[in-house]
Amino acid sequence: MSIRFTPAVVTANDLFEGDVVYLTPQGGWSRIHSEAELFTEQAAAESALAAAQAQPDRLVGAYLAPAHRGPNGPEPAHFREAFRARGPSNYPHGKQAERMC
Amino acid sequence: MYIYSEFDQDFLATRNAQFRAQVERRISGALTEEEFRPLRLMNGLYLQLHAYMLRVAIPYGTLNSAQMRQLAMIADKWDKGYGHFTTRQNIQFNWPRLRDVPDILDALAEVGMHAIQTSGNCVRNVTADHFAGASADEIADPRPVAELLRQWSTDHPEFQFLPRKFKIAITGSPNDRAVTRAHDIGLRMVLRDGQRGFEVIVGGGLGRTPVIGKVLAEFIPEADLLPYIEAILSTYNSYGRRDNKYKARIKIMVNELGLDEVRARVQRRFDALRAEWRGADQAILNDLRRAFAPPAFRVASTEAYEIAYKNDPVFRSFADTNLAAHWQDGYAIVTISLKAHGATPGDATSDQMRLMADLAEQYGHDELRISHEQNVILPHVHKSDLPAVHAALQQAGLATANVGLISDIIACPGMDYCALATARSIPVAQEIATAFAAREHEIGGLKIKISGCINACGHHHVGHIGILGLDRAGVENYQITLGGDATERAALGERAGPGFAYDQIVPAIERVIDAYLDLRANPQEEFIKVFQRLGAQPFKDALYQSGDRADAA
Repeated sequence: MSIRFTPAVVTANDLFEGDVVYLTPQGGWSRIHSEAELFTEQAAAESALAAAQAQPDRLVGAYLAPAHRGPNGPEPAHFREAFRARGPSNYPHGKQAERMC
Repeated sequence: MYIYSEFDQDFLATRNAQFRAQVERRISGALTEEEFRPLRLMNGLYLQLHAYMLRVAIPYGTLNSAQMRQLAMIADKWDKGYGHFTTRQNIQFNWPRLRDVPDILDALAEVGMHAIQTSGNCVRNVTADHFAGASADEIADPRPVAELLRQWSTDHPEFQFLPRKFKIAITGSPNDRAVTRAHDIGLRMVLRDGQRGFEVIVGGGLGRTPVIGKVLAEFIPEADLLPYIEAILSTYNSYGRRDNKYKARIKIMVNELGLDEVRARVQRRFDALRAEWRGADQAILNDLRRAFAPPAFRVASTEAYEIAYKNDPVFRSFADTNLAAHWQDGYAIVTISLKAHGATPGDATSDQMRLMADLAEQYGHDELRISHEQNVILPHVHKSDLPAVHAALQQAGLATANVGLISDIIACPGMDYCALATARSIPVAQEIATAFAAREHEIGGLKIKISGCINACGHHHVGHIGILGLDRAGVENYQITLGGDATERAALGERAGPGFAYDQIVPAIERVIDAYLDLRANPQEEFIKVFQRLGAQPFKDALYQSGDRADAA
């Protein structure tokens, strides 16, 4: 029996800055979670992930992160991904400082 | 303190040039991430949730004012104006960019600092009693031996690919402030017939399999110590498991082979290699003893201290809580708390670093220490200077009188930064500190330690109250352990029961504290003493009385 696929976005860390990036529907990379492409089909998600993993000159550690559809685009489905999309909770640093969430 | 020799400086320059070239090759695409990762880790560079993180070694937690100022400069120039002091007496910068790291390493080398062996399966930064060379209860300063261990282990060709990381802690005092029983090797200085040597403890550790270290040798004379440690490492390198990362630490080897068998194998190795040691290490150790000679203490009246102590209740509270006894008459050890209520445990801004550097230079014989409890120490301050030091600390938000109290919390970075974390630690520490600020002096001595995953960087197993953050079905959940002890009476805490949701953890701790206040025989009976007298049950009863457990995990 196959496990049901959880909708996901493709995410990684930027090689130079180290910060979190997301694959967009246009095939580019955004710092903003809601601009990511939400994959609901396993085959398409895995194909996009493989393409991301083939870009080691700008990305590190690409993976599929669970997400769901929200009013303004995909939203993180797990609290770890919510922190990655926002920044740390002890200082207004990271994406929240740059209004990227 | 030890100042880098020409050899050390050349070694660092070569190593930094090597890493600069490695970064360039990674950026050009000549190195894949798989190839680059072990290289960057060997130089202290991690990739975390939001950014790279550079972990800089502060050997045995000792640094001078010039080094502290350079850390402040790095924080301002290449990071976000602060640094995070860790439970291994190191400092971490949370926001460097990859291209800047070679420049940061060069800036560190200017003051004899580096990030080598702060990661990877090698001998990590050797930690020591943060009161070393100052404490009244000490046999002798253990740092010459710690520095000898640093020199011996740095780039040691045999020990660069151990089965797993390897942590050594050392103390020269019978009162263990270095958590020696929770290290791969713990060294406790002892005297036998007037001869100095070490009790060698092996196989301690926290993490997912917490173990209190066992005594491998009751007494190893100082002259035999380094060959004996080399024999332990060599035995571990040969027989430690490499098939499973989670069973690769020496504590597992000790448990699987048995202490007696490990002792026999170490002895055989020691017998084979001892003759190769012809005394060069002892010659170096003698030089190091001179490098760590006590400063030129001054003799002066302590009247200014006594007047301030009598007349200023805020200073008195600071003195009662944050000072420790120095072996030199007229001197005190000052612990500067990096745990202001509501602040991030272990963080200091660049301005605070510069102020602490200034105080060390002006009043503290140019020495600073970082404690594994994530505070900063001025180890040698004449008592007459304490009112001025306190006043300066107050101006910088560094005069919180809470050392050893409930708000003096060890917390790992947790899921606010760490890629391995399963829950947040920092906000839990912030909320506990704030919740108990008003009554912490009434509560008395109490160690809370918080980890954001089972790797236990926050030492929760040895906290009087330990908190472990986990991910339970996609929600943060916090388990409580009770009765841990990080001292010479080392003990692992006992899990209290089911965990608590994020918004229930502070009320849960409040129930434990209220129970303790009811149960203690008198205000002098600290939490851990009551636990030892009554066991965990009354605290478990208090924790679960209202049926608000989060789950049955």
